[in-house]
Amino acid sequence: MLTFLNHLINGISLGSVYAIIALGYTMVYGIAKMLNFAHGDVIMVGAYVCFFAVSSFGLPPVLGVLLAMLVCTILGMTIERLAYKPLRQAPSLAVLITAIGVSYFLQNSAQLLWGSNQKMFPAFLSGDGISLFRGQINISTVTVVTIIACVIIMLVLTFFTNKTKMGKAMRACSEDKGAAQLMGINVNSTISMTFAIGSALAAIAGVLLCSAYPTLIPTTGSMPGIKAFTAAVFGGIGSIPGAMLGGILLGIIEIFAKAYISTQVSDAIVFAVLIIVLLVKPSGLLGKPIREKV
Amino acid sequence: MALLSVNDINVYYGSIHAIKGVSFEVNEGEVVTLIGANGAGKSTILNTVSGLLHSKTGSVAFDGQDIGGVAPHNIVKMGMAHCPEGRRVFSQLTVEENLQMGGFTRPSSEIPQSMEEVYTQFPRLKERRRQIAGTLSGGEQQMLAMGRALMSSPKLLLLDEPSMGLAPILVAQIFDIIDQLHKAGKTILLVEQNAQMALSIATRGYVLETGKVVLTGEGRDLLVNDAVRKAYLGE
Repeated sequence: MLTFLNHLINGISLGSVYAIIALGYTMVYGIAKMLNFAHGDVIMVGAYVCFFAVSSFGLPPVLGVLLAMLVCTILGMTIERLAYKPLRQAPSLAVLITAIGVSYFLQNSAQLLWGSNQKMFPAFLSGDGISLFRGQINISTVTVVTIIACVIIMLVLTFFTNKTKMGKAMRACSEDKGAAQLMGINVNSTISMTFAIGSALAAIAGVLLCSAYPTLIPTTGSMPGIKAFTAAVFGGIGSIPGAMLGGILLGIIEIFAKAYISTQVSDAIVFAVLIIVLLVKPSGLLGKPIREKV
Repeated sequence: MALLSVNDINVYYGSIHAIKGVSFEVNEGEVVTLIGANGAGKSTILNTVSGLLHSKTGSVAFDGQDIGGVAPHNIVKMGMAHCPEGRRVFSQLTVEENLQMGGFTRPSSEIPQSMEEVYTQFPRLKERRRQIAGTLSGGEQQMLAMGRALMSSPKLLLLDEPSMGLAPILVAQIFDIIDQLHKAGKTILLVEQNAQMALSIATRGYVLETGKVVLTGEGRDLLVNDAVRKAYLGE
């Protein structure tokens, strides 16, 4: 029972990271109707920025995280402006291929700039963590911080999209860009802002991910990126609560598969679950079925 | 000087020449209607006026300024609201949120009063203000689309086929509201297939045929014009 609880907590923690990444995927998809496959690599850039800020320049970790968020925000907006915006009217396949290209560009740039040797991410989230059941369950500080960060991000984003003027404008844009323009909403700057928010979240995810799994290489972001994409589809792409739920469930499934079935095939199990869910409910757990308007 | 003056515009969809040298104007306080069959180019003209489409040649001036290259969201700020064909309310947002989006360009302190005005005009919307817009009936959605456009307190209101797909009793109601808005001093450019109704409330009208203005005159004159009666009023 205690082991089960332990695995569950680890699953929620890993799932929290997936959820934060999936939010970036789903928000960008919701508004720009594109899959930003470079999103995972923005995570990697965020982790490297934080790594150098803390390890090489001796900045306090909090500053390192803020700097990573700043760099990723600018990077995300730049990618959108240079690579995606010119393709706003292009077929979605062209945008998809561009996104894959940007992904490789970021990975190779990272390799060129920072080398392909793995870096050990500093363990600045060490400390005793929390001990439960007279020490039978130990929850590490990283796990606690990750879960808290995820909860805060979910609350803030839910408030932002439902209660603020800009958040409502984002929802309006995601539904009908033409009508949104006729309301006086600047669609281009709304899309740019969505990329900024998603990329800042990616930086946080990068730091949390590398705090839990401290080896940092230029391809660090790609597997979590794909899994978070899966989580976003699983939860219903375009839906913010869906990304949160999908991310956390995916993390739990992955940890349970590793613990009780097999480490080697855990990823296969994760994707098998996705396929089964999509067969039963093609729009994802919380996704809205697409209605054809007459 | 006219509030809106459209001067010899030519609009293309790729190689298709959709609007062929159309000119017209709308003066303050008028209801001007563009009538014509399907495909005559009525909506294309409205979309060009509000900046969603661009004319290859010719000019569009609003409130004394050339708005040829101005982005749609900035045209809204200048005081033009476009209520698009097919209503296009934000179906996932509530009625109240839709109205808030209509007032996007205005300071939030002015929103509650405008919203009260819209609710006075459309009491049905007030009853449903917490409801998701997608669950409203067609007539209610049309009212919401018009209320949303009025939220920006526009100098000029563009209405594209407000009666489309509505039951006759609702059509009468919608035209009644347009007439009330006119009497309250609003300037309106109305595109309609229901020529009878549109001409009976319009100050002036323009008849379009395959991208050209073929006839123009006062609403009541066009209503009794033989050519118009034959072609559009089914007599």
